[in-house]
Amino acid sequence: MNTTEVKRLYTEAKARKVLAILSIFVVLLIAVVISISLGAGSPRFAEAMQVIFSKLFPFLEIDPGSKITQVIILDIRLPRIVLAIMAGAGLAVSGATLQGVLRNPLVSPFILGISSAAGFGAALAIALGVGILMPFKGYLEVFNAFIFSVIAVFMVYGIARIRGITPESVILAGVAINYIFSAMLALIQYIAPEHTAVRAVVYWLLGRLSNANWETILLILPIVLVATVLMMRHSWDMNVMSLGEEVAISLGVNSRRVLAICMALGALATASIISFTGVIGFICLVSPHIARMMIGSDHRFLLPCSIVLGALLLLCSDTFARLVIMPSEIPVGILTSLIGVPFFVYLLLSRRRLFWH
Amino acid sequence: MKLVINGLSFSYNSIAALKDVELELGLNEVLSIVGPNGSGKTTLLKCIDRILKPNQGAVLIDGRDAANIGLDELAKIIGYVPQSSTSTFPYTVFDVVLMGRKPYIRWSVSERDKEIIAEILKFLGISELAARYFNELSGGEQQKVIVARALAQQPQILLLDEPTSNLDIKHQLEVLSIIKGLTQSRQLSVIMAMHDLNLASRFSDKMAMLKHGCIFAVGTPKSVLTEENIESVYGVKSHVTNSVLDRPQVTPIAPIATGVENSEESK
Repeated sequence: MNTTEVKRLYTEAKARKVLAILSIFVVLLIAVVISISLGAGSPRFAEAMQVIFSKLFPFLEIDPGSKITQVIILDIRLPRIVLAIMAGAGLAVSGATLQGVLRNPLVSPFILGISSAAGFGAALAIALGVGILMPFKGYLEVFNAFIFSVIAVFMVYGIARIRGITPESVILAGVAINYIFSAMLALIQYIAPEHTAVRAVVYWLLGRLSNANWETILLILPIVLVATVLMMRHSWDMNVMSLGEEVAISLGVNSRRVLAICMALGALATASIISFTGVIGFICLVSPHIARMMIGSDHRFLLPCSIVLGALLLLCSDTFARLVIMPSEIPVGILTSLIGVPFFVYLLLSRRRLFWH
Repeated sequence: MKLVINGLSFSYNSIAALKDVELELGLNEVLSIVGPNGSGKTTLLKCIDRILKPNQGAVLIDGRDAANIGLDELAKIIGYVPQSSTSTFPYTVFDVVLMGRKPYIRWSVSERDKEIIAEILKFLGISELAARYFNELSGGEQQKVIVARALAQQPQILLLDEPTSNLDIKHQLEVLSIIKGLTQSRQLSVIMAMHDLNLASRFSDKMAMLKHGCIFAVGTPKSVLTEENIESVYGVKSHVTNSVLDRPQVTPIAPIATGVENSEESK
């Protein structure tokens, strides 16, 4: 093999990765169109498109259709689809980043104690009516969930830094903090005054997107967007860190600093998402794995690929969640695993190569 | 580049690993560091590359204290090849070697980066492996890939930690010949930690023998590899002859009974 061929090999591999990401993006767009055309209420594909195009291109003067159709499409289905895409993307990119900086394919942002702390905070609000920011009545459990997630991450960081911020110390501290908040969550469920309150807590923990609205989206979107861009800026650092801390330093990367920064960013994105949606797990664990099987481990491509996959996975799951037992629905947190696992196992079995060591 | 190590000391917690080490590495020189297990060879290499921060003393690169050079700039001067390398996630050989360009790359990979990597792969005779996965290669192939990765940094100083420890004799000779050749064809000086005294003897211009974190002897292979030095540093009786390549050849004969130390430990 001569040098021209070696260079061509790399260029071709890169083109394949970009093509894979673009293909998934196209599938995501198709999924959006399908999802917006389905659901309780009458609007189907034609009406949905009519509303969307009339709003997107007002100068065309398309008839937007009846008021009820507009409300269903613009205020019910669309925010939910946007939230699914944003949450899926944010969870997936946080998962890929955490796996990268912790050099461990089995972790997700929840290893930092975020999920149990958020659950504890929400349960505190739901079951006992206790909140840290009392004035925000409507969003009591949201703020509680977020604040306790942040507390959990600070605790993990505080414990881990005593022996130096290494993947091992972060993971062990995270496991410990997880247990503390799980125990406290269980305690609240045990002492909750009413059965309905316990049921409400369980429902919150399962995770759902049915409370989607534009306010929520405008609140989370900037956080998730900024965190995502900042995480992606560390793609090269994550690549180098796969070879170990010593090699990373010798290549000019302060791996402990990158770990601390990326951990904070991933935690921030995850916490702001699940504070609204409840604990939607699995997406952040499995999207990076599927992405890795499709395009390899170079984080410059792995992160974008995880983003589109996470968005697609959550959008599909949520569309099923609201269709399966119409007019009622299943919490999407249950469906992400039911839909994601068969796909994941298929990929696992159809590939010869092990994708981590 | 000229490297001077000045009174360097390092301890892990309170256990001293290096004590007042003084060394000099000239331009295009190969310096081998030998010594028994735990004598501080790896620690010394890590201190030179700022992976560990020395407690005392300094590493001077062309007169500049390495402590005042940023990590990213140091990465363009010193390449480090660890004793063993694994990657958690699968990367192709090309991708692994590309990581050596990290100090020069901001985001996208330039045509020049690709050119440099293709040249290095060709130079090491591993072009055929470019698309293979690093974790699926044999030990000898992996070692060459890691050397390639360090060379992609275009360093002036290369540090290698036991570059031959997992290799068969053919790969040992290949890797060391490549390294030796590099010091002659490019502006490169090499420090390598070695266990195999005869390989060190054959490929080094200069040797340093460490004992309990101190430099016990330093100089040409002929002056360092003496029966007396080996006996007091390794505790091994040996026979040193001149090999067909006109280098000292060590034949270890038997360990000396270290009765005093043993009886103290058993108390």
